Amino acid sequence: MQEASGYLLTIAFALYLVATLFFGASIRQKKAVAIKNSAKVANVGFVITIIGCMFQITSFIFRWIVGGYAPVSNMYEFTTFFGLMFIIAFIILFFIYRLSVIGMFTLPLVVLMIGFASMFSRDITPLAPSLKSNFLQIHVMLSALGQGILAVSFVIAIIYLVKVVDQNVKSKKAFWLETVLFTLFVTAGFIIATLSFTTAGGYSAVFQIDNGEKYIEYRMPIILGPTDGVLVSDTGSDSFIETPSFIGDVVDANKINTFIWSFIFGAILHILVRLITRKRFAAILQPFTKNISADLLDEICYRSVLIGYPIFTLGALIFGMIWAQIAWGSFWSWDPKEVWALVSWLFYSSFLHLRLSRNWQGEKSAWLVIVGFGLIIFNLVFVNFLLAGLHSYAG
Amino acid sequence: MDRVKCVCGHVNPHGTNLCEACGRSLGHNEKTNNKLVDMRYEGVARRSIIHKKSFIDKVWTIFSSVKFAICLLFITLVASAIGSLLPQEKNTVIPFGTTVEQFFEAEYGVFGSIFYMLGFHKLYGTWWYITLVFLVAASLIICSLDRFVPLYRALKKQRVERSNGFMKRQRFFSSTKIASSKVNMTELEQRLKKHHYNVRIENQSLLAEKGRFSRWGPYINHIGLIIFIAGCMLRLVPGIHIEESLAVREGDTVVIPGTDGAYYFKNNEFIVEMYDEEDNKAFASALEKNNGSIIKSYTTHGVLYKSVSETIAGATPELEEITEYDVMMNKPLKFDGYAIYQMGYDAQFSDITFALQKKENSYGKPIGTITVDLMNPERTYDLGDGYVVVIEEYLPDFSLDEDEQPTSLSANPNNPFILFKMITPESPDGETIYFTMLGLLEPNNSQNNYALNYVQEGYDYITYLLVKKDLMLPVLFVGGTIFIIGVMIGSFWYHRRVWIAVKEDEVLIASHTNKNYFGLRRELEKVLEELPLTIPEDQLVDNKKK
Repeated sequence: MQEASGYLLTIAFALYLVATLFFGASIRQKKAVAIKNSAKVANVGFVITIIGCMFQITSFIFRWIVGGYAPVSNMYEFTTFFGLMFIIAFIILFFIYRLSVIGMFTLPLVVLMIGFASMFSRDITPLAPSLKSNFLQIHVMLSALGQGILAVSFVIAIIYLVKVVDQNVKSKKAFWLETVLFTLFVTAGFIIATLSFTTAGGYSAVFQIDNGEKYIEYRMPIILGPTDGVLVSDTGSDSFIETPSFIGDVVDANKINTFIWSFIFGAILHILVRLITRKRFAAILQPFTKNISADLLDEICYRSVLIGYPIFTLGALIFGMIWAQIAWGSFWSWDPKEVWALVSWLFYSSFLHLRLSRNWQGEKSAWLVIVGFGLIIFNLVFVNFLLAGLHSYAG
Repeated sequence: MDRVKCVCGHVNPHGTNLCEACGRSLGHNEKTNNKLVDMRYEGVARRSIIHKKSFIDKVWTIFSSVKFAICLLFITLVASAIGSLLPQEKNTVIPFGTTVEQFFEAEYGVFGSIFYMLGFHKLYGTWWYITLVFLVAASLIICSLDRFVPLYRALKKQRVERSNGFMKRQRFFSSTKIASSKVNMTELEQRLKKHHYNVRIENQSLLAEKGRFSRWGPYINHIGLIIFIAGCMLRLVPGIHIEESLAVREGDTVVIPGTDGAYYFKNNEFIVEMYDEEDNKAFASALEKNNGSIIKSYTTHGVLYKSVSETIAGATPELEEITEYDVMMNKPLKFDGYAIYQMGYDAQFSDITFALQKKENSYGKPIGTITVDLMNPERTYDLGDGYVVVIEEYLPDFSLDEDEQPTSLSANPNNPFILFKMITPESPDGETIYFTMLGLLEPNNSQNNYALNYVQEGYDYITYLLVKKDLMLPVLFVGGTIFIIGVMIGSFWYHRRVWIAVKEDEVLIASHTNKNYFGLRRELEKVLEELPLTIPEDQLVDNKKK
């Protein structure tokens, strides 16, 4: 059944990719072609998305049955569930607004998310005593739903900027937009690097660090090695740049090494795309956004934040505090994950206040939404790796 | 302060932008070249904008500005983020004998030193961080008061009839050339009511309104936040928030700290359970990676007692059992406003068994065995036939002091050191042997014929518990609940208004919402479906296009 859960997720993954093509195709219709046809194609994409979503929900339920608890307890489980909530938020939005372009941008992101999640351990880990509570379901699932809705607002912000930023000139805006899009390439780079070095290549190099007190295993070829590390495995090489201690003291060199590889692969991908098309990536996407009103995008983006924010607040912060009070006897411990949830919350609160004034609507607002979602992703991906705390469940 | 009389006859407070009654622009603070009316707070007179003279007025003006609030939020955000870069002092275990400063330097190098020097290791308790939160609270209170009262009045007082100028300068507006006889007011009213609008009609003018309560959302959530922050601040007052930790060895009964000697807790037994494949076949792979040891649960079988005697120092109190309870994670023991939480545990030597043996015969049958209770050891152990083992010296928690002299850090056998004398018929003066955590050692150049061999050890679990009393929890809960209700009211519902004025030969329709114009437009399309009236256009978007 655990295997079946994995297969179902793979099917969902494939269906999302197929649906992307349909959404894309429905937009490329020239104005001369009848609108009806385009709506039909979009609807096919939508139906495929819904079927994919059903598969993913079934996959989720299977895993729940096998493990005996809601599968949201480690990086693989949480990130795939986050993707599911992202899809559900999109489905609701499509029901209201029927905009293919949002589907075309959302689905690849969900695919990327599921791909990213699959790079982590898929073991069903028995629950630690602190996690044995119904609040695991309530707190984590509701947080993910809030974040899924905020993810939709992020996608719309991206579409907005792809539409309005002039791609024919060199500008700061164009550069930063390309940078935001580049992070998606880096994510893909992480997936490629993991698959080629670790999964297929089986790379492993073990070092002793801290004068032999600790062992550290590298799963990717070493560019940036540990401070004062001694190679103790037969595999691996000893030639690398040693991490300066002031960095190594605070951040794990191994993680930086993984990031460097992800960056390299991401950059290669990005360069390839740009060489072939002779355009910025944002410029490739721009034609798809032509027929949609920027004001409507701005409005939907704001609305998604308005709906996502209370759910995120309730799930991540309020239920989180109630659970912490029951489990550890204090509702707030300033653990990094908590702090960054608070930081995201403060940021979105500032955003909602800024929206009150006219000159923070439209383009500025879109940038803010991107930063806000960046904080959420930072909390999901980097806080687990870089900052130790109660929530370090990353495999 | 002069009151302002509008053309329509209504007298407005000084500083009003839009007449409370008819909506005419009174030209106060308003850029008249704007094509659209600034509808924020209904154009009411706000204290912060009118009064700017005295010191208090100035402070009020600063604190009532949303810009200032956003700045505060942003500073708080950055400060909070900085504190998470390295662990906070209270979330880290500082090894015994190192200072906090040394710990941060050793663990995180130069960055750690700077972090410590700036006091960031306990950033969230610093005076300046608390001041920041306090300023946020002040801003919340003043912002809300400054806006809520006038807005409430304005919405309460609004009239049905609005001036033409007001209507034309709404974001959604249309005018239809049509004879008034062809417009059926009653039908319009019915249609709007179907969409849950409250409708008021006064001589050929109509005002339809719904969702006004959503305008109060922000004020409700701000009240909730103010209560929440007040609760957090009050926790700093002594006695409101008690937090003590407690370590109880199995079998021990101890007074519960923070209860003034009124309550005692006994650790009857401590049980740790591990996962195995029996639990779930799906755990196999995870168990294998963790060498088969993943903790399933740990439980303190505890007993809670109340002291019923007069507390006299040194006297053993008389205890009355209140309840037996299994304390575990996510299942605290609650009593009398206190709660006891399971935090962690430790296993500690409770006793060690040794066998006395002749060295020549070290694998044979021992002469006898002794069991040393490390919490309360006997001095002498008589094995009969002239064999006696004596404990000369016992240090339960061995360490060396500054003068390199052996000493015991505590009464807990964390690092037991025992000096034995083995008295045998062959050596009535006794032979010396030491037990340390490294094993059994003989003094240098000793000629012992006998040895003590280690047989086995017994363990006791020590349970680590947290004792809490927090009188503010209900306050925080109420504050949080009010906050989230307010946020939902403000963001899931919208305040929508439609004004319709039927003139001699034209009909004006204007509409306003505080958010979600897309939804409003759809609703207007439905309301005006198949009527000979033009659906209001979005003047903002159309202006851009022109």
